[in-house]
Amino acid sequence: MRLSFRQALLFLVLAAVAVVYPFAVPSYYFTALLTQVLIFSIFTMSLNLLAGYTGLPSLGHSALFGGGAYAAALLAKYFSHSVWLGYGAGILAAGVLAALFALIALRTTQVYFLFITIALGQLIWAIVFGWRSFTGGDDGLPGIGNPFIWSTWKLSGGLTYYFFALGLFIIVAYITYRITTSPFGHVLVGIRENESRIRHLGYNVWLYKFTVFVLSGLLAGLGGVTWAYYNGFVSPRDTSFELSAEALLIVILGGRGTLFGPIVGTIIVVLIKNIVAAFTQRWLFVLGVAYILTIMYARTGIVGTLQARLKRRTTA
Amino acid sequence: MSMWIIHALNGISFGMLLFLLASGLTLILGLMSITNLSHGGYYLLGAYIGVTVMMRTGNFFLAMLVSGISIAIIGVLMERFFLRGLHLQPLPQVLLTIGFTFVFADIALMMWGGEARVIEKPAFLANPVFIGKIGFPSYRLFVILVGAAVGLLLWWLQERTRVGAMVRAAVNDEEIARGLGINVPLLFTLVFGLGAFLAGLCGVLGGPFIGVYPGADFEILLLTLIVIIVGGVGSLKGALMGSLLIGLIDNFGKVLFPELARFTIYAPMVIILALKPSGLFGSRN
Repeated sequence: MRLSFRQALLFLVLAAVAVVYPFAVPSYYFTALLTQVLIFSIFTMSLNLLAGYTGLPSLGHSALFGGGAYAAALLAKYFSHSVWLGYGAGILAAGVLAALFALIALRTTQVYFLFITIALGQLIWAIVFGWRSFTGGDDGLPGIGNPFIWSTWKLSGGLTYYFFALGLFIIVAYITYRITTSPFGHVLVGIRENESRIRHLGYNVWLYKFTVFVLSGLLAGLGGVTWAYYNGFVSPRDTSFELSAEALLIVILGGRGTLFGPIVGTIIVVLIKNIVAAFTQRWLFVLGVAYILTIMYARTGIVGTLQARLKRRTTA
Repeated sequence: MSMWIIHALNGISFGMLLFLLASGLTLILGLMSITNLSHGGYYLLGAYIGVTVMMRTGNFFLAMLVSGISIAIIGVLMERFFLRGLHLQPLPQVLLTIGFTFVFADIALMMWGGEARVIEKPAFLANPVFIGKIGFPSYRLFVILVGAAVGLLLWWLQERTRVGAMVRAAVNDEEIARGLGINVPLLFTLVFGLGAFLAGLCGVLGGPFIGVYPGADFEILLLTLIVIIVGGVGSLKGALMGSLLIGLIDNFGKVLFPELARFTIYAPMVIILALKPSGLFGSRN
């Protein structure tokens, strides 16, 4: 699948909106909201590689996101405030964790895969939560500070960080696009659709799954570090089961195995959460209902449904 | 020495509570292939209903019964109207039932507030039982007895009754079972209701020593899932062994390595799964 003219146009329009929007609507609140959307999109795009394209729905992905965040935070606390080292450590830690997760989780399939990824994610959460003297326990780790890209260029304030996140977001979107349109990506989709057939064609299915698990972990770690620097603080919530479940819901709601799906899903969920929180205390109820409605009525995902409808119209 | 016996007893009684939860969940999963992550929500909602019944009547056993039946009704409704359409789709089942857990948690928060509650144990179980010089907490012994009795009953139901035979037939080959005139959907609803009933009952049973508080739903759910993973899906024997193992590890872990208490539960599970992916007693299919 090459990027069609229509898709390229859509992408350019979105990029233009993303750049102009914060200037057109100069609100600190909306800039913060958009920054969150960008960072979480990086995270959900990484999960989409695994759950959407390859058909490996991990329920422990927040451990990789949060693992990256904690690696950067711990580095900042005990060693150095260098943002480059922070990113290096965070991405590396997430990649190593992902490799370990894959070694264990890929021995299982189906329901067992769901359960074992929950358990692996909880293992990381348990370490972060329980090892108070090192990770700060349930208080989290504060004081990470704004990152310095250069000795004089500090990423402080809403707008600067927004553009920094936007840059990373575009890079990750591009990486995802290149991966999924490559021969490697086609094999991943083949594994999702008919694993035994791909195996009989002579592909090393395990190696493909392992590779995409690690790639997905590296990108999740990138998102996690960006999240840690954005908040200036990490907490066990960043590795929680709830966050993993939410990411997976976003991927399904937006449309698994589509380029724009996780982005659309993230925008919807982040907006709903913030709007609901402004009006009512019952956000947990609303979130639960959102899960139920998504599964009952939008299981194929928004982007997937739209694409199918578009295709039907052009062929009719 | 007697300290260790008491710790072991506490571990076993907690394990028995986990067994009651896991047996329902593992049957639903093994027989019907429904991955129901609302089980923790059932537990918590059952516990809160128990709190209210206890406040009104003070009768512990009535509280257990009312909670069990209320949760069974909720479970049957969920199965009929939501889960039936998601047959053999584990991922949608998982996310749907997580959604329900959030809804239950918020309803509980709305109706019973955020502070922790305790369910009083029945008066005749308040004093320890002395065997020799060691005083055993009698409520813990009671939980072990209830667990053992329910376990036996389930085994008898599954292996020795007509309904159990019908369930086993439906699991082995649903189409043939239907052809023989077995009402499979009704059977599955009954099994689901039974699992939910046990979860609701457990909420009350666990109330006196675990407490009733927001967040208990996911904690209990994760422990139950670990039990099933360790024991193997669909196996009552596996659920029993897994429950006792996790109950004991949890208790001794909290005593010996307080800072790594949670870690001590997950680590053995990862090891067991790495060696035997289908769990100790699971059949690989």
